Amino acid sequence: MNPLARLLEAALFASNRPVPVEELAGLDPEASPTDVRAALGEIRDTYQANGHGVELVELGEGWQVLTRPEFTDAIERAQLAARPHRLSGAALETLAIVAYRQPIGRAEIEEIRGVNCGAILKSLQERALIDVTGRGEGMGRPLLYGTTPLFLEQFALRHLEELPRADELAVTLRVEPRAI
Amino acid sequence: MTATAPMHNEPFVVELQQFEGPLDLLLTLIRDERVDIYDIPIARIAEQFLARIRFLAIDQAAEYLEMAARLLRIKAQMLLPRNQDNDAWEDPRAELVRRLLEYQQVREISDHLARMAEDRRSRFARAWLPSQSVEPPPAPLSLSLSELLSAVDRVLRIAREPHLHDVVPRPLDVDGAIRTIRAVLELRARARWYDVIRPSAESWEVLSALLALLELARRGELRLRQAAPFGSLVITRESAGQAA
Repeated sequence: MNPLARLLEAALFASNRPVPVEELAGLDPEASPTDVRAALGEIRDTYQANGHGVELVELGEGWQVLTRPEFTDAIERAQLAARPHRLSGAALETLAIVAYRQPIGRAEIEEIRGVNCGAILKSLQERALIDVTGRGEGMGRPLLYGTTPLFLEQFALRHLEELPRADELAVTLRVEPRAI
Repeated sequence: MTATAPMHNEPFVVELQQFEGPLDLLLTLIRDERVDIYDIPIARIAEQFLARIRFLAIDQAAEYLEMAARLLRIKAQMLLPRNQDNDAWEDPRAELVRRLLEYQQVREISDHLARMAEDRRSRFARAWLPSQSVEPPPAPLSLSLSELLSAVDRVLRIAREPHLHDVVPRPLDVDGAIRTIRAVLELRARARWYDVIRPSAESWEVLSALLALLELARRGELRLRQAAPFGSLVITRESAGQAA
């Protein structure tokens, strides 16, 4: 690998979070973002070609070295690392609504799900998957929620546009406001 | 109303706990009864719905009961006679269908998210820690010097004036005490502390007597002896001193 790729590999190894390209470019004043992308591609290909236990993945608006899925069970059995808890169905539904409709208030979410969502919103906020991004108009100026960078990271998304578009889903949704 | 679908399906007993809410239960009923979501046989679905919610947990009751009331209202509206030629007729089920479709879409998205989360869960990053246990470090105290000084100023203004105590110098009468001790020792060769000090003596008198005793001892006019710490003080006339 070329010197820049080796430098980036070291930086990605040292970091415990995905590192954006711009940040990686800051490691070497000579390197342009294009150079960094080329070097990242080189690292990824090297890991792929030479049969490594880790791979380089782009997610959460950055790049991160992750272990390969086939070793997860063994690593967890040895208690070297633990998988995060799964989200409940209710939490996933709420998160899905927030991800697609953000910024969105609690009342709208509850309207869509047909159940109270206060506790779930709070726990999603505690897990830093969503956060308050503003306040809506109208009575009480309700809190509006949106997803966080950690949401992208934990769902291995590069950006929100990677979520399937509404018209790609089996059921398409009429978005015009309904008359009651 | 199209109540043509066969009724042979026995309503099975299910726990409401497995449903995420009334919309989830409705969607399940529609799927199980194999009816068209755009042409829901409201009477039959409402009946099924009511049968399922007979044993409700209190905290879920409001949401399911509200849906039950909605279904019954739609059922009643469907029974109203209507003109076949009237194009303006609005299907009372339309709003419910829209909500069901919307909710079904949310379910589809959340299934998708679950698959993605599962994929990410199966790969470890370096030094991965469960996100819920990561607490942000306390924010460093940011305080400018002028803020600190103004805080001190406030405290000083709040604090009461310090109470000042005037110390009045009270002269000791060592010479008078010396005269008293000499007078006592002229009468007897041995004396005790309480022989040279009156019982209700004030502090200045006690101090005067002590200094007088030490002064006389220094001059060799008497000898002081104390058998034990805090023991009684024995004053003995020193004949040699007197001779000098």
